[in-house]
Amino acid sequence: MTSPASPPPTTPRSSIQSRLLASQNVSLLATGFVCFLLYAAGGLAYQGFLSKNVFINLLTDNAFLGVAAVGMTFVILSGGIDLSVGSVIGCVSILIATMVKSGAPPALVIVGMLLLGALFGAAMGALIQYFELPPFLVTLAGMFLARGVGLVVSLESVPVDHPALTRLTGLNLLLPITAIIFLVLFAAGVYIAHYTPFGRNVYAVGGNAVSASLMGLPVARTVVGVYAFSGFCSALAGVVFTLYTLSGNASAGIGLELDAIAAVVIGGTLLSGGVGVVAGTFLGVLILGIIQTGITFQGTLSSWWTRIAIGMLLLIFILLQRFIQNRAAKSQGQG
Amino acid sequence: MPEAPLTSKTSAPAPPKTPPATRSSVAMGRAAFMRLLWPLVALAAVLLWNLAFSPGFFHIEVRDGHLYGSLIDIANRAAPVMLTALGMTLVLATFGVDLSVGAVMAIAGAVAALVVEPRGGVAAILLALAASLAAGLWNGVLVAYLDIQPIVATLILMVAGRGIAQLLTNGQIITFHNPVLETLGGGFFLGLPFPITLVAGVYVVLGLTVRRTALGLFIEAVGDNASASRYAGVPAARVKLLAYVICGLCAGLAGLIVTSDIRAADANNAGMYLELDAILAAVIGGTSLSGGRFNLLGALLGGLLIQSLTTTILTKGIPVQFTLVVKALVIIAVCLLQSEPLRRRFARQKAVEKREEAAA
Amino acid sequence: MPDLLVMQGVTKRFPGVVALDGVDFTVRAGEVHALMGENGAGKSTLLKVLTGVYPGDSGTITLDGQAIRPRSTGESQALGISAVYQEVNLIPHLSVAENVLLGRLPRKWGRIDWPTVRRRAEAALARLGLTLDVSRPLSSYSIALQQMTAIARALDVDAKLLILDEPTSSLDSDEVERLFSLMDRLKAQGLGIVFVTHFLDQVYRVSDRITVLRNGQLVGAYAANALPRGELVARMMGRSLQEVEAMRQTGARSDAERKAVTPFLTASRLGKRGSIEPFNLQVAAGEVLGLAGLLGSGRTEIARLLFGLDHPDTGELRLDGQPVRFSSPRAALDARFGFCPEDRKTDGIVPELSVRENIILALQARRGILRRLSDAAQAELADKYIRALRIATPDSERAIKNLSGGNQQKAILARWLAADPRFLILDEPTRGIDVGAKAEIEALVRNLCEEGVAILFISSELDELVRNTQRVLVLRDRRQVAELIGAQVNEPAIMSAIAGEAAPAPAGEATGGASVA
Repeated sequence: MTSPASPPPTTPRSSIQSRLLASQNVSLLATGFVCFLLYAAGGLAYQGFLSKNVFINLLTDNAFLGVAAVGMTFVILSGGIDLSVGSVIGCVSILIATMVKSGAPPALVIVGMLLLGALFGAAMGALIQYFELPPFLVTLAGMFLARGVGLVVSLESVPVDHPALTRLTGLNLLLPITAIIFLVLFAAGVYIAHYTPFGRNVYAVGGNAVSASLMGLPVARTVVGVYAFSGFCSALAGVVFTLYTLSGNASAGIGLELDAIAAVVIGGTLLSGGVGVVAGTFLGVLILGIIQTGITFQGTLSSWWTRIAIGMLLLIFILLQRFIQNRAAKSQGQG
Repeated sequence: MPEAPLTSKTSAPAPPKTPPATRSSVAMGRAAFMRLLWPLVALAAVLLWNLAFSPGFFHIEVRDGHLYGSLIDIANRAAPVMLTALGMTLVLATFGVDLSVGAVMAIAGAVAALVVEPRGGVAAILLALAASLAAGLWNGVLVAYLDIQPIVATLILMVAGRGIAQLLTNGQIITFHNPVLETLGGGFFLGLPFPITLVAGVYVVLGLTVRRTALGLFIEAVGDNASASRYAGVPAARVKLLAYVICGLCAGLAGLIVTSDIRAADANNAGMYLELDAILAAVIGGTSLSGGRFNLLGALLGGLLIQSLTTTILTKGIPVQFTLVVKALVIIAVCLLQSEPLRRRFARQKAVEKREEAAA
Repeated sequence: MPDLLVMQGVTKRFPGVVALDGVDFTVRAGEVHALMGENGAGKSTLLKVLTGVYPGDSGTITLDGQAIRPRSTGESQALGISAVYQEVNLIPHLSVAENVLLGRLPRKWGRIDWPTVRRRAEAALARLGLTLDVSRPLSSYSIALQQMTAIARALDVDAKLLILDEPTSSLDSDEVERLFSLMDRLKAQGLGIVFVTHFLDQVYRVSDRITVLRNGQLVGAYAANALPRGELVARMMGRSLQEVEAMRQTGARSDAERKAVTPFLTASRLGKRGSIEPFNLQVAAGEVLGLAGLLGSGRTEIARLLFGLDHPDTGELRLDGQPVRFSSPRAALDARFGFCPEDRKTDGIVPELSVRENIILALQARRGILRRLSDAAQAELADKYIRALRIATPDSERAIKNLSGGNQQKAILARWLAADPRFLILDEPTRGIDVGAKAEIEALVRNLCEEGVAILFISSELDELVRNTQRVLVLRDRRQVAELIGAQVNEPAIMSAIAGEAAPAPAGEATGGASVA
C-alpha cells in the first residue's frame, strides 16, 4: 500500500447501495439461518431426520431442481427470467428416452441434448438481446415450444432400460450419480460466477446494463451466454431427471420453473438483478427440500402445505429485503 | 371497417354542435382500430382457413332453443381466458403483471364448491368473489403500497394460492349439484351459453368503469410515464390497487365458470397456466408488457384467437399437443411485431424507398 | 503544447434538431480544458460523438495526429479516450477492485487471479494518492471515492485524454479539492483533460482554456485568464459584453409597477441537505418571481421542495399565512399549485396519451377517479387551449409524442392552466421552443399574472427574466446569493450575481448576501 499524499480515506460511508449490499448479506444469513433452523427442527421433531440417508435423499430428490436453479440464478442475476426450464426438462427427458429406446448410443444422445439445450437458450437470448423483446414473453414461448415438442414426441411415459444408463444410476460413489451431478454443477456455478470474466460480466449487466456497456463490457454476448447457460442447465436437469426416474416423461417438470425461481429468491438473489450468490440458491434448494422432507416425515400433513410454506417463506424474504431497502433509503434521506 | 362499435367504447358521441369533438372521436376510433388490426387479421385468417378446410365449421344449429356449433363452442371455451385477460389487461397497462390469476381461479372454485351445498348457489358465488377480491387486494397492497416488483409480489400468491385451494378442498375434487352455480358455466342465456353472456357483461361493465370514470386514463398515465403522472398528481397507488382488485375479481369469475362447467372444484388443475394465456391474450390484443395504452376489446380478441387456434387444431384431428407449438409461434410473432429494432429497421427501409422514389 | 485532440466541423443532427453545428474543439496535451454551455448547448452530444456513443454526421476527429472514428465506447477507450460521468457509471454492488479492472481482469490458468486484481487495483488507486480497501463493494464508499475509482479505471487503460463530465456535482469542498490536486498531477503527466462543470469557481480554479458552446454552435475558445467571469457568463447566455453594456444604459426600468401586496406563499429557511441550502422566498398573488442561476445551481431543487416532490429537512412553508407541509404533489395539487417541469420528456408528457388527455390530466387528478370530466368538457378544454396556446396539432386526439417539442411544452402548460392554479411554477418553460412560441408563452404569463396567479419563473434566459419578472432570486452553487427588485432586475445585475463578482453597475449593491424583504 503506497500512499504518497492524502490521508487514507477508507472509512466506508453509508449509502443506499451499501445498505442494499448489507441487505444482501442479511438475506444470505437469514437464508442460512432458516435452512439450519428447519433442519434442526426436523431433527428434533422426527427420529432419523438427521440420518445420512435422509440427507442423501434430500440431495437426490432435489437434484434436477437444483441443477435447473443454478441456471436460473445466472439468468436472474443478469436481470432476466427464464420460464422455459421446466418444459425443457420434460422435452429432454422424453427425447432421451425415445432415442435411446430406438437404439441410439446414450452418451451421444446425452451430449446432443446438452448442446441442444444450450442452443435453445442461446436462441431465446438472441431474441431478447437483439430484438429487445421482454424475457418474460420470449421464454414463455420457449416454455410452450419445448413442452409442445415433448408432448408431440410422446404423450406417454417411456421407460429407460439401456444397460449403460441403468448401470450409471446403480453406481454409488458415496452418493448417487444424480446427487453428484447436482453438487458438481453447483461447484461449477460458483466457480463461473466468481472466477470467470463471464460470471463477473453477468453481475455487471444485471447491476446496470447501461454502465456495463459504457465500461466497454460485452453486454450482448453476456446476455445470450446467460440464456445459453440456463438452457444447458435445464437440459442437464432433464438428463438428471431421466436418470433419477429411469424414464422419459414429456410432462415432467411442470411448474418447476416456479420452484427454481422461489429457490433463487429465497437464496437471497434480487429479482431486479445484479445482487446474489450461487451458494444462496443452494441453500434455497435445500430449504425447499427440507420442507418437503419434513412434511413427508410428519405423515398427516398434506403435500399442499409445501406450497403454502414456500409461499410464506417467499413473502418473508421479500418483505425482509423490502424492509431493509426502505430503511436504507430513509436513513439516506436524513443524510 | 367496423368503426362504429369501436368508437362507442372509447368515447361517447359528443354533442353534434362541437365539430372538434366529433372529429376527435373518429380519430380515437381509428387509433384503436389500428391496434386491433393484427389480432383481427389473425382471427380472420384462422376462421377463413376453417371455412376452406373444415366443412361444417361455420354451421350453427338451434337445439331446444340453444345455439350449437364450432363458433359458439370457441367463444364458450374461451370465456375463462377472456375474463382473466380483461383483468390482466388493466394490470399490464399499469406496467405490472399478475401471475396469480390461475391460483386465484382455483381458490374461487374451491370456496364455491365448499359453500354451495350448505349455503346455496348465490352465497357460494358471493363468497368465491369475496375470496378473489381479497386475493386482488393482497397483490395490490404488495405492489402499490409496499412497492414490491409486481412479478415478485404476485409470485407469492401464485405459489401459495394453489396450495391454499388444495388445503380448502383437502386435495379432493369436490363435486356438487346446484342449479344456480351450474348455470354459470353450463347454462344458456338468450340461446347462447351463459359464459359468453357473462364475458359480454363483464366487458361492458368494465368498459364503462374504466371509461366513465377516470380510472382508465389514470391507469394508462401511470403505466406510460409514472414520473409525469406523479407530477400531475395522479393517485398512482390507488389506481394500481384497483387494477389488481379488478384482476382478482375477473380471475374469480373465471374460476367459477370452470368449476361450474365441470360441476366440481379441482384445485390441482383449475386455472393451471391460465395466467400465461391471459397475459398472451392481452398482449395479442395490443396491450404492451411495458404499460400504457390498453385495449379491452383486444383482450377478448386475443382470447378468441388462442381458443380458435386450439379448436382448429382439434377439429383437424391434429394432436392437441401441437397447440403449444403453435402458441409459441404466435408469441414470437406478436413479439416481433412489437419489436423496436425491427420497427426502426422498417422505418429506415421506408425512408430509403421514399428517398429513392423522390430521386427517380 | 502540442494539440492532442482536434475536432473539426463536427455536426450531429437528430430528428428535428441540429444538436451540433460544425463545432471545432481542440485540447492540448497537459492542459485542463473546460467545456462550457447551458442546457442544449451541445456539450454532451460533442462528448458522445467523441466517445463513440453515436457517430457524427460530418466533421473530423484527430487524436495525436491520427484520424479516428470511434464506433463504440470500447473502441474509444482502446484509442486512449476515457470518460468519467457525474452519475458514476460503475457497478455499485461489485468491489472497488473489480470496478477498476472489469473487462480486463487479470487471469492465471484461466481463472480470475483475485490477489493480482487487488494488487493492480491498489496500485491504480495509489497513483491517484488513494489507499482503499479494494475488496469492499464500491457502494460502501462515498460518491467522491467512487468518482476516484472511475478515474482510476479510466487511467488504467493508458488514457491520453480524460473526460470529466460534471465530476464535482455531488462532492463536498474537501473532496473537490482532492480531485483538483489529482487533476493538476495528471496534467503534469501530460494528459489532456476535458472538464465539464456548472461551477464557475471551479472552472477558474483548474482550467487552462475554456471552450464555450451555445445552441449547438461554437461561441469561442479562450485562455482562461483572458476571459473574465462576467464575460464567460455573457457568452454562455448568448450575449456579447458590448450588448450587455448597451443594455446597462437603457435597461433601467421603473420601480412603480411593484405593488404592495401581502405574500401568498412564504418559505423561510426552507432547505434540504445535499440539495439546496436554506433559502427564503415569498411570492404574492399576481406576482411573477424569477429564479436565476446556472444549470445545477439549485433552481429545480427549490421548485421540487415547494411542490412536495422533495421534503425539506429545515425551515417552514406558509400558504396564506398558514404553515403547510406537502407530503406529495397530490397535496400541492389540492392547494392548487402547478408545476411545469424542466424535463419535458421524463416528467412532463405522457407520450402515448393524446393531447387532450395530457391537457386534462392534472385537473382530472384533482377531481379524483370518480368525478370524470365528460367527453364534451374534455374536448372543450382541449380545443380551448389548443386554440389559445396555438398548439400545432391536427386534432386533440393525436398522441402527444408526435408533436414537436414546443407544442408538447405548450400542452403541458395547458395541463396546468386547465387545473386553474393559484400558484404556478414554470421551470424553463421556453426551452427548445421557437421564438414565436416563446412570445406566446410570455404573453400567457402576463395574462395569468393579471388574473392573480402567483408565478415562480425559472429560466436561464436573462432577457426572459427581465421581461417577465418583477423580482428575481439569484442562486449560485445551491445557495441563494441575491434578490433583485424592480429596477435592479436587469441583465448585467443578474449576470454579475450569477458570476459572483462585484458588478460595476448600480445593481451591484444587491449582490452578495441573501437579502430578504
